[in-house]
Amino acid sequence: MTSVLYDAPGPRARRRNVIFSVLFAVLMALLLWWVWQALDDKGQLKWALWQPFTTADAWNTYLLPGLWGTLKAAALSMVIALPLGAVLGIARLSDHRWVRVPVGAVVEFFRSIPVLLLMLFANELYAQSANIASEDRPLYAVVTGLVLYNASVLAEVVRAGILALPKGQTEAAYAIGLRKGQTMTSILLPQSVTVMLPAIVSQLVVIVKDTALGGVMISYAELLSARTTLAANYANVIPSFIVVAVIFIIVNFTLTSFASWLEGRLRRGKKTTGVVLSPNDATIAGTVATGAGGGVA
Amino acid sequence: MFDFLQGYDVLGAFWTTVKLTVLSALGSLVLGTLLAAMRVSPVPLMRGFGTVYVNIVRNIPLTIIILFSSLGLADIFGVTMGASNNFDVQGFRLAVLSLVAYHAAFVCEALRSGVNTVPVGQAEAARAIGLGFGQNLRLIVLPQAFRAAVIPLANVLIALTKNTTVAAAIGVAEAATLMRTMIENEAQTVLIAAVFAFGFVVLTLPTGLFLGWLGKRLAVKR
Repeated sequence: MTSVLYDAPGPRARRRNVIFSVLFAVLMALLLWWVWQALDDKGQLKWALWQPFTTADAWNTYLLPGLWGTLKAAALSMVIALPLGAVLGIARLSDHRWVRVPVGAVVEFFRSIPVLLLMLFANELYAQSANIASEDRPLYAVVTGLVLYNASVLAEVVRAGILALPKGQTEAAYAIGLRKGQTMTSILLPQSVTVMLPAIVSQLVVIVKDTALGGVMISYAELLSARTTLAANYANVIPSFIVVAVIFIIVNFTLTSFASWLEGRLRRGKKTTGVVLSPNDATIAGTVATGAGGGVA
Repeated sequence: MFDFLQGYDVLGAFWTTVKLTVLSALGSLVLGTLLAAMRVSPVPLMRGFGTVYVNIVRNIPLTIIILFSSLGLADIFGVTMGASNNFDVQGFRLAVLSLVAYHAAFVCEALRSGVNTVPVGQAEAARAIGLGFGQNLRLIVLPQAFRAAVIPLANVLIALTKNTTVAAAIGVAEAATLMRTMIENEAQTVLIAAVFAFGFVVLTLPTGLFLGWLGKRLAVKR
């Protein structure tokens, strides 16, 4: 294998790689053994702590309702944020300065403040001045925070998606006499949907991760807050953290894999322009994929 | 109009946010570089470890990591970061540890994407004129890779600044914690939120503009 950094290994390099591999394997084994010992020392490996996860009770009472809360908030946020983001993204491409500039300011503003601030603010505002039942308020607040942040992130995705299309598409549309609005709705948008699909799916990972913030800070009933009640009931803090983390990893890894499968498929596809906005694209990276209200970059 | 600010140390809270950001940024730069070196190394086992670390950490909410550092690491394993009798210092250090562990994965990906922008032909040409591995790295690959990594790294830094608010989950006295207290106690919810939002705009916007400008300036035109 040739890469930028090194050539295909010769006999000496191969011998060196084997030595490094063995050293690293020993190091890994020591680390694993150390973690295992630490867990054992504190009695975290006792079957009694793990046994609850084999019963239907732990799943039906705590984990599954929690997961449902997480997915519900994430899905609602995405469904509301996507059209809003599309409108903001298109408005930011407007030829009129009086549309482009204020929308740009709004998008930049919501992108630069943490989701947590938005959630706390929405929660307090609803508590004071909106007629929402107090058991529904956390959901409203979480979704509001996530929508405000992610709509502005998706606005950038939509803008980058439209700009990524070949210029000839717009020119051809104008040449056959379409107006600006028609060009956008019947030429550019339909094509850019496939371009930005992978980036949108990746943003879903960020949203799923950020719902956990609502669980801890404004007691929205989702997976991480379900863990708190579960651990209080079975007294298994460490196992419950591990199980909940694994559930998050499975959900998000599925979404990530789906996004990269989609990206590969769209890149190879013959029916599209072959332009695909990767979540790692320099133009939008950092807005996408970092998660946690700044998600993570 | 702003007399509700009396009695609250808003600047102090933002100073904690800045400290969290700077310390975590330095830490994650070190750990992330190490991980990136593993992910591009010729040793399959190291590459595997880097990939597994990045994929696990990227898919866990930061909130879980920070909460675990307090409820798991500190309370059960007794990892008190050398501050077992000072809850505030301990929380701050645990938050930095968690932020470093989380953002190192993103720093690693930013650096790796930088290395990936360097065309293989550059390295082949370097080897053709007789440069060794070290020379190739130092003179050809890393200068180009670093320039391409500036913008992704800037994005990680901005996200990190915003993510320090998650430390509120374990009660670190930073901006989000103070905002939560203030909107519960004071009546001017909108004004308070505006003050804190403005604080974060001041922290993130100039960083983003400057590093974005720098990144564009440094970018290798291909």
